[in-house]
Amino acid sequence: MMSTDLRSAMGEFKVHRVRFFDYMPSGIRALAFNQDTERMAVARMDGSVEVFHCSDRFFQEKIIPGREQFGIEGLSWVGERLFSAGLNGGITEYDLTNQKVKYTIDAYGGPIWTIAGNQQGTHLAVGCEDGTVKLFEVNEDNIQFERNLDRQKSRIVSLSWHPSGSKIAAGMMDMIQVFNVETGHSMHRMLADRGVGTSRSKECVVWSVVYLSDGTIITGDSVGMVKLWDDQTGTLIKSHNVTKCDVLALSVSQNEDSLVAGTSEGIVVQFQFVSMVLGKDDKEWVRTRTFRNHTHDIRAVAEITTAVVSGGMDAQLVVRPLLDKIEERSAASALRKIHFPHRRLVACARKSGLMLFQYPGHLELWRLGESEGKGIPGSSLFVKRNPEKLLHLKVKGEDHIRCSAVSPCGEWIVYSTASTLRLYRLHCDNNNISITKISKLPKVLSSANQLCFSSDSSHLFSASAQSSVHLVSISQSGCKFVGTLKPKSGSHQAIHLLAASEDGKWVASANSDHEVHIYNLQTRKAHCTVPIYSSAVTAMGIHPATNCLFMMHADQQMFEYSIEQKQYTDWSRTVQRKGLHRLWVERDTPCLNVMFNPQNPSHVILHDMYMLCIIDQSLPLPDDKTQFYNQLTLKSLTEEQRKSHSHAFKVCKTFKDILCVELMPDQSLVVVERPLEDIATQLPAPIKQKKFAT
Amino acid sequence: MGVTFSVLLMEDSGVVMPVSADVLRVLSATDSEPVVLFCCGAVRFLDSLLASPQQPIEDVLTEDEIIRWSTIIKAEHQLVILFSTEQRGEHCLYVQRFNPNTLMKHRFETEPGFSAPINFSATCRGSNIHLLYLYLNGSVYESVLPFRSSSTGAEVVQALSRSLCLSLPLGEEKLMSGAAVVLDEAHVAVVGFPHPSAGACKDYLCIWNTHFQTLQACKEMAGRIYSQLWCYSGKLYVPHGKMLSVIPFDCQKSSLAAAMGKQKQTSQSAECSFVTSWTSQSCTDVTQTTEIKSRMSTRNNIKSALTVDQLIQHIKTSAVEDVQAEVGEFIRRTPQADLQLAAGRVALELVSRSQTDANFYPQCAFLLLLETRYLCYSVCPELLSLAMVKKDFHLCQIAFQIFSDIPEAVTCACLKTILSTPDLEMETVNLDTDSVIFMKELTRAQSRSDEEGGQLNGFCPPALESDVSDTPSNKLQRDPLALDTSCPVGLHKGALLNEVLQTAYSDRSLLPHLKDLTVPQVIVFLQYLRFLYFKYSHDAHKQIRALRTPSISQIIDWVCLLLDAHFTVLAVAPEAKRLVFDLHKFVRSQVKLYAELGKIEGSLQVLKNSKQSEDFGMYAIHVIELF
Repeated sequence: MMSTDLRSAMGEFKVHRVRFFDYMPSGIRALAFNQDTERMAVARMDGSVEVFHCSDRFFQEKIIPGREQFGIEGLSWVGERLFSAGLNGGITEYDLTNQKVKYTIDAYGGPIWTIAGNQQGTHLAVGCEDGTVKLFEVNEDNIQFERNLDRQKSRIVSLSWHPSGSKIAAGMMDMIQVFNVETGHSMHRMLADRGVGTSRSKECVVWSVVYLSDGTIITGDSVGMVKLWDDQTGTLIKSHNVTKCDVLALSVSQNEDSLVAGTSEGIVVQFQFVSMVLGKDDKEWVRTRTFRNHTHDIRAVAEITTAVVSGGMDAQLVVRPLLDKIEERSAASALRKIHFPHRRLVACARKSGLMLFQYPGHLELWRLGESEGKGIPGSSLFVKRNPEKLLHLKVKGEDHIRCSAVSPCGEWIVYSTASTLRLYRLHCDNNNISITKISKLPKVLSSANQLCFSSDSSHLFSASAQSSVHLVSISQSGCKFVGTLKPKSGSHQAIHLLAASEDGKWVASANSDHEVHIYNLQTRKAHCTVPIYSSAVTAMGIHPATNCLFMMHADQQMFEYSIEQKQYTDWSRTVQRKGLHRLWVERDTPCLNVMFNPQNPSHVILHDMYMLCIIDQSLPLPDDKTQFYNQLTLKSLTEEQRKSHSHAFKVCKTFKDILCVELMPDQSLVVVERPLEDIATQLPAPIKQKKFAT
Repeated sequence: MGVTFSVLLMEDSGVVMPVSADVLRVLSATDSEPVVLFCCGAVRFLDSLLASPQQPIEDVLTEDEIIRWSTIIKAEHQLVILFSTEQRGEHCLYVQRFNPNTLMKHRFETEPGFSAPINFSATCRGSNIHLLYLYLNGSVYESVLPFRSSSTGAEVVQALSRSLCLSLPLGEEKLMSGAAVVLDEAHVAVVGFPHPSAGACKDYLCIWNTHFQTLQACKEMAGRIYSQLWCYSGKLYVPHGKMLSVIPFDCQKSSLAAAMGKQKQTSQSAECSFVTSWTSQSCTDVTQTTEIKSRMSTRNNIKSALTVDQLIQHIKTSAVEDVQAEVGEFIRRTPQADLQLAAGRVALELVSRSQTDANFYPQCAFLLLLETRYLCYSVCPELLSLAMVKKDFHLCQIAFQIFSDIPEAVTCACLKTILSTPDLEMETVNLDTDSVIFMKELTRAQSRSDEEGGQLNGFCPPALESDVSDTPSNKLQRDPLALDTSCPVGLHKGALLNEVLQTAYSDRSLLPHLKDLTVPQVIVFLQYLRFLYFKYSHDAHKQIRALRTPSISQIIDWVCLLLDAHFTVLAVAPEAKRLVFDLHKFVRSQVKLYAELGKIEGSLQVLKNSKQSEDFGMYAIHVIELF
């Protein structure tokens, strides 16, 4: 054991490679893009809603967890307010500041298939199973039913407002109706053709409709056609056969010169409104590009300024840049696939070797295995004791888990949903595991946006409304409210990150307005605020020896801030002055954890989805001429030569699809991987496509 | 010119207003105020002059300095007036700019014996004025003047920096005048100078490419050309005889890559430094007479036992045998660098005598010259047509192999000749053995595989089975790929056709000429292409070692072109039906095959990708090391 420690100081690590966290991302059901705030709202099959910041490297700013039996069918922005509607028949508005549901009202029209807000921001229209299009007036703090448009015989599957707000096109079974909003009467009825052959008996579902300002109505249907209609005459202008299966989603660009269609084969087809003769004005919609980035049905597409965003059953959010709209090649112009949430789903009890996995509806507690003997780098060790699942904790109620934590000693487990917070005490008695729920929690612990234990496990930090943090002391005797840490000023956005110092003196919080507040735990007062940086904080940690706060941002910049001196450290200034290596900045997944190695205070350990990195602050920073990924080169050199070739960033790419990395006190690393292939095998079968040998 | 006005007539009032100096010209550019140029070199805007006609006009030029030429150029909302003057044999260029008003004077460098530029042409490109001027000795110079003057009032008159961009060939007659006008950055139209190979007659309009120093197109004009030439919005205006010809032109972007066309696989182009001719669309009636002269070739002087001039004299008179011997000797003796220049002249002379003297045809000399690889089509365009007239297919074959710049029209003419020559006559011709061996092997491979009675790769496309119903019934159920795969032409004809297939061409230019083929020719050619295509698909050619073989893509391209050019004919002609049907069936089967291959590739790709990711189950403890 001693020798391992000695060698690990030089960069050798024992790694627990964990692949038994069966995390399954939920399929994407709807997308809504807000041009003004550059936010993309994503609704998933499990009822959760996420907000991505499109101009901040698509960082997942906000997550509103779903709940059981809460399927969302449509999403719509009205100004900066976000609404959803679903098959439970309700319309929901979200409180984006506190990242929770604000209210849900019933539309009384049966299941709702679609929701659309007009551009004026005054009304919401929903399409219901009972064949009505219902108009709701958007008021200051709620919405109010106004009236129904003429009731139809079949369900309303898709809706689109004319940009003027005076007409609505509705996609239905076998037809499209155009309504005059003023009168509520149908102006035109356009019949969608059914498929030929055997599918003639099947109804044609108009899955998606888009109403352009020039009066063109574009529909995508279950026969695989994208059709263009004229709303003046109610006639078909042109139809494009895009696929043999369904065209499920359509989206038009802001200036109405480009349209994307997502199909159930997993392809996105782009159409562009271009003139057929160069320099002439008579433009036509022409099929231009095909993107194949999905394996399953695409349920939602959205064209944003410079990219096409698509999502579907395969649960990945794909951002495909349109290279003709991008002026310079940069990290923003690369294809981006977002597989995992930008939050940690794994918590480790460092002192007791336990791992807590957060699933939407339950928690799992595992004990790490043990190895025997030693091995040379690259080898795997004999596993003396296998990892063991200690606990499967089901959530009470229908809400999904928003955050969870396990105390460093492994004795306490806490989780919170939108409505409740529960704290459990774990008793480990040889092989007998039992838990007790702590009753009589202080009132402030009704719900939390983020949870964190102090390093000595004596206190629990609970991030609450208005960017405040409640401090609760926990002991065998019970749980006692100690105080609330409030920022002196600033926004009231929900906190998504908490970091407590090793010595128990400090705690830092980061919210989705990029504010980082540091509190002194002895005075229980706000100590200082880190200067606000333009990109969101994705991970942070307080150094155990120096009490410096190390922050990682979505744009891959890093800052180190001395809490005691209330200023950036010299190293941090050097990094900013010299700039980070191009390859570092171009990575497309955010760093999700910051760890420190007590045995080597100059080491900072980071990870993202594809790599694990140790930053040695005592080594020179790489410039753009240096070979950035140099581990293989260094491996081939002698000890002496290495010194001259080393730089501060030691990147290990051995692991992939990483959900979590944690450094344990015995200098071993826990790496939780979730291989994408494993996820793919658990997805429902895609539409059958003929492949060789199948 | 020469006429001067010293009064201005006001249009409305009819008042005649005298001005205080002699007016030379009123210059105007579109959408800008007219400018008055006085004989003394001063410049006024017309409006300001009309406002005060009696304003004093300064003398810019000295007393005996006369303006010879003037023009106005407008670009970027800026006017520039250029005029050239003559004063006691010295020629100067003045550049008058406005806002701020500056006048720059440049001196033309004198050319010994030809002091005066005889013609000017100025164009504006980018932020510079390109002034092109012509001397009587055939030199065309270009000077670049910045649009906006950088230095103000440089007192020292500097010589105008210039670069020689073309040396026009001179004939025997003494030239008195000529004109050149810039068409675009690479093309210059010239009148008054003789056509490089047309001899004494000088009434030609020639379009030269200054990038490659080549004659791009030319047109003989009836009657005398008056050495005047204008270019206006895509049309050339040439007065000649009692006529004014208006010739629309279209300069295509010229580049080596475009010139070399599709011929990428040949290696010989390195040696052959010349460039093909381009056929300017306007002058479609003069497509073939193009010619290249490098600027050095006009003043070549060859030092060897027999100078090139002597040789040319000999060629004019000597007997065939003597000429052949002398040419051989000349090629052996002349240094490589000189030979490059001389070969073209010798070839030209040989061709011109052969054309006049029916008994004179020095085939060996031509072959020797071709072997030097210094000839290309543009150097001696008549050679190939001469060979065709003489039915010298051997020479044709070598020329096809060596020339990379044969115009599409000529390629088609040769193709026509080859197709229309009977096979019997063709078989007696002596051809390059390598190509004949290739053809022999190709036809033998077929009979051999027939004897074996089976296919080599065992592929039988499923499509063909399902299509049996729509083939004419009572047809033998044989392998459809083996249907009618006997070579439709003789070996020698096939070898020549192979050479045609390998020539460079561009689709757009070839297509109109391809339409000249007659229906039987089209069908024979298509049959031959089909034969090749079938053979290639059987992979038979892979076993044959030959230096020059048409590639499968060349064959397919030609099939496409031929179908494109004769689509209606093939659709109607009853004798083509069978052929087109077979071809279609085969192509369809190939498409199916490749679709299947695509699937296999996809699956193999998946296998390749999935081989990694070593499986260790759900949990393992590894040791890693970071350096």
